[in-house]
Amino acid sequence: MWEKKPVLLLVMATVAILVGTIITMVLPFAWVNTEADRIEGVKPYTALQQEGRDIYIREGCNNCHSQTVRPLVSDVLRYGEYSKSGEFVYDRPFLWGSKRTGPDIARLGGKYPDAWHYKHMESPRSMVPKSNMPDYGWLSENQLDPQMIRRKMETLGFPYTDAEIKAIEGKNEMDAIVAYMQKLGSDIPWRESTKTEIVGDLVNPYAGVDHGTMEPWEELYQQNCAACHGTHMEGEIGPELVGEDYDDEILFQIIYTGIEDNGMPSFSSLGTDKVWKLVNFIRSYRQGENH
Amino acid sequence: MESQKYNYAIVRSFVVWSVVWGLVAVLVGVIVSFQMIDPDLNFPPYLTFGRLRPIHTNAGIYGWGVGVIFATFFYIVQRLCKVPLWSDKLAKFQLWFFNATIIASAVTLLMGYTTSKEYHEMEWPIDLMIIILWVAFAINIIMTIFKRKEEQMYISLWYMMAAIIGVAILFVTNSAAVPVSLFKSYSAYAGTNDANVHWWFGHNAVAMALTAPPLAMFYYFLPKSTGVPIYSHRLSIVAFWSLIFMYLWTGAHHLLWTPVPDWIQTLAMAFSVMLIAPSWGSVFNGYLSMNGQWHQMRENYLVKFLILGITFYGLQTLQGPMQAIRTFSAFIHYTDWVPAHIHMGTMGWVSMIAFASIYFLLPRIYGREVYSIPLANLQFWLILIGQLIWSISLWVAGVLQAGMWNAMNPDGSLTYTFMETMVEMYPYWWARAFGGLVYMLGLIIFIYNLYMTITKGKTTTAQTAVAEGRA
Repeated sequence: MWEKKPVLLLVMATVAILVGTIITMVLPFAWVNTEADRIEGVKPYTALQQEGRDIYIREGCNNCHSQTVRPLVSDVLRYGEYSKSGEFVYDRPFLWGSKRTGPDIARLGGKYPDAWHYKHMESPRSMVPKSNMPDYGWLSENQLDPQMIRRKMETLGFPYTDAEIKAIEGKNEMDAIVAYMQKLGSDIPWRESTKTEIVGDLVNPYAGVDHGTMEPWEELYQQNCAACHGTHMEGEIGPELVGEDYDDEILFQIIYTGIEDNGMPSFSSLGTDKVWKLVNFIRSYRQGENH
Repeated sequence: MESQKYNYAIVRSFVVWSVVWGLVAVLVGVIVSFQMIDPDLNFPPYLTFGRLRPIHTNAGIYGWGVGVIFATFFYIVQRLCKVPLWSDKLAKFQLWFFNATIIASAVTLLMGYTTSKEYHEMEWPIDLMIIILWVAFAINIIMTIFKRKEEQMYISLWYMMAAIIGVAILFVTNSAAVPVSLFKSYSAYAGTNDANVHWWFGHNAVAMALTAPPLAMFYYFLPKSTGVPIYSHRLSIVAFWSLIFMYLWTGAHHLLWTPVPDWIQTLAMAFSVMLIAPSWGSVFNGYLSMNGQWHQMRENYLVKFLILGITFYGLQTLQGPMQAIRTFSAFIHYTDWVPAHIHMGTMGWVSMIAFASIYFLLPRIYGREVYSIPLANLQFWLILIGQLIWSISLWVAGVLQAGMWNAMNPDGSLTYTFMETMVEMYPYWWARAFGGLVYMLGLIIFIYNLYMTITKGKTTTAQTAVAEGRA
C-alpha cells in the first residue's frame, strides 16, 4: 500500500527516523548538563582562554588531538584522570575529536610551564624530535581584537570584566592559545588526588653500574628531558642539571612525582625502571663532566 | 518518444561537476596524506593539515557524494516515474547553487571559518546555503514522484525519499548555532549534549547520504546492468524499513567510553550489531540477483564495479558493528584504523557504485558509447588496488599503535611514550599516501575516459539507448 502512496511513505519514514532520534538524542537533554552532573570548580573560560579556544578551532587542531580521557587503564596512566561530563558544560562546540595523530590534551593544563608551550608551538620538533605537528610560530604575529572578544563573551554569556578585556590589548594569538592549553582539564584538582606517594625505602637498582651500561640510557634522557633541560643538561626552560647534586632517592622523587609549582611534570608513566635509569644517567653524566 | 522530454541536460551537468569535486577531494586527500608524513609541507596560515583536511572530507561528501546523488537521482526519478522532472528551472538553479555552495565552503574553510564539527565544519551562512540546496532538490524529487505515471514506486524511490527526510532532519538539527559574526558562531548545544547531537548527525549522515542513496543507485543500476530483476522484493522491504529505523540509534558508538551516558552508548552498541541484518539484507539481495548471472562479472564491467561495491558495503557493515562494541572500540578508537574503515566505505563502496552509475548513464545522457572499456577496466583495478593499499596499511598501523598504547611493564607502568608509538606510523603513512596516488591515477583515467566519451565517443542509435534505458 505504502509503495503506491508517497505521502504515506514519507510519513512512515519520518516516524521511523524519529523514534531512535528522540530516545537517544533528544531525551538525554533531560539529564546531561543539569544539576545532576554539575561539578563545583568548573568555571567558564576567561576572555583570553576563550579566544585561544577559538584559534584552536580555526586551525583545526581537533583533527589530530582528542580531548576526552577514557576510563581505561592506558588512557588514565598516559593522560590523567578520566573526563567527566560536568567538565564540558561551557564547551561550545565540544572538541572531543575522533583521532589521536597527536596525544590527547584533555588534561594538558598545568602539565608544562608556559615557556614549554611557546617553544613547542613555535617549533614542535625542537622539543619532540620526530613530531609531525606543523609549526605555529606565526600565531604570535597576529594581534588579538579585544572588541571582538568582548562580543564573543557576551554571546556566550560568560562573565568578564572591562579590565580583563583591556588586558588583552597588545596580546597575540600565541598568548591566547597557550592560555587555553593551560586551562584544559585543570578545573578539577585531579593532579593532587592522583599524586603518587612513594612509601618505603627507595633502592637504586643500578647503583654502581659502569658508564658503558648507561650509554643506551641517554636516549631516554634525550626523549624525555632534553627539551627543557638541554641536550647537554645545560638547562633552558628547566634548570641546568650539571652541578646540582641531589642524592639518588631525591632525584628519583623529583622525576617520578614532578614538582607542580615550578612546572616539572611527573614522569611516573615511564615506570620505575626507566626513572631509575634516568637518575643514574643524569648523576653519572655529571660525574663524567667532573672528570 | 516520451523519453525525449526527459531532462538529461541536468543529469549531464551534475555528472560533470560531481566528478570535478571528486577530483578535488582526492587531490586534497593526497596532499594531506603527505603533510602527515612531512610537516614541512604545511604552508600556514591557509595550507595546513588542520585547514585542508576538512576540505578533503567535505569536498568528498558534499561535492562528490551529494553531486553524484543529484545526478543519478534526477535520472532515476524521471525513469521510474515515467515523467519529466517537475521543474527544469529549479533543477538549473540547484546546479549553480550547488557549485556556489561547494566553492564557498572550500574558500571559507581555507580562511579558517569552521565550526570544528566533523563532516559539518562549514559555518552558518554555508549551512543555510546547503539547506536551500536540499529543499530545492527535495521539492523537485517529491513533486516528480507525486505526478508520476507509474503507480508502484520502485525500491530506489523509497531510499531516495528516506534520504531526503533524513538528511533534512539531521542537518538542520546539527546546524543550530548562535552567530557572533558572519563567519563565527557558537553551537546551540554544550559539551556532552553537543557531542551526542553531533555524532547522531555524523553517523546518520553516513546512513542518509552515503548509504541510502548508493543503495538506491545499486537497486536501480544492478538490474539495469545485468538485465535480470532484484532477487527478492520482500527482502528489500524488510531491509529498507529496518535499516532506516535502526540507524538513528547508533550515533553514540562514536562516543564509547566518553562522558555520554552509558545507556546511550549501550543502545548504540546493540543497534549497531543489529544493523548487520538489514545491511546484509541488501548485500544478499544483490548477490542472489546474480544467480545464473555470475559470468557477467567477466563480461560486463558495470557488474564488476557494482558487485565489488556491494561487497565493500558488506565488509564495511561487518567491520563497523565490530568497532561499535565497547571492548573493541577501547582498543582501536583514535588510531589510524578508523580512517581505514571510513575509506573502505567511501573509496570502495560509495565510489564504486558511483563510477558504475556514471558509466551506465553516459550512453543514455550523451547518446555516445563509452569511449574505452579497457580503460574502464584499468580504472577498476587501480581504484581497487589503491583502496586496498590505503586501508590495509592503516589497519595494520592502527592495530600496531593500539597495541603499543596498551603495552604495560611488569610494574604496571606504560611501556611506550606517545611519541614512541607515533614514530612507528611513518612507514604506514607512506604506504597510505602511495595507495592514495594509485587511486587518484584511477580517477584521472576515469576522467579521461569520460572526456573522450563526451567528445569522441561513437554515437549510439537512439533506438538502443531508449530500449536499454527503459524503466
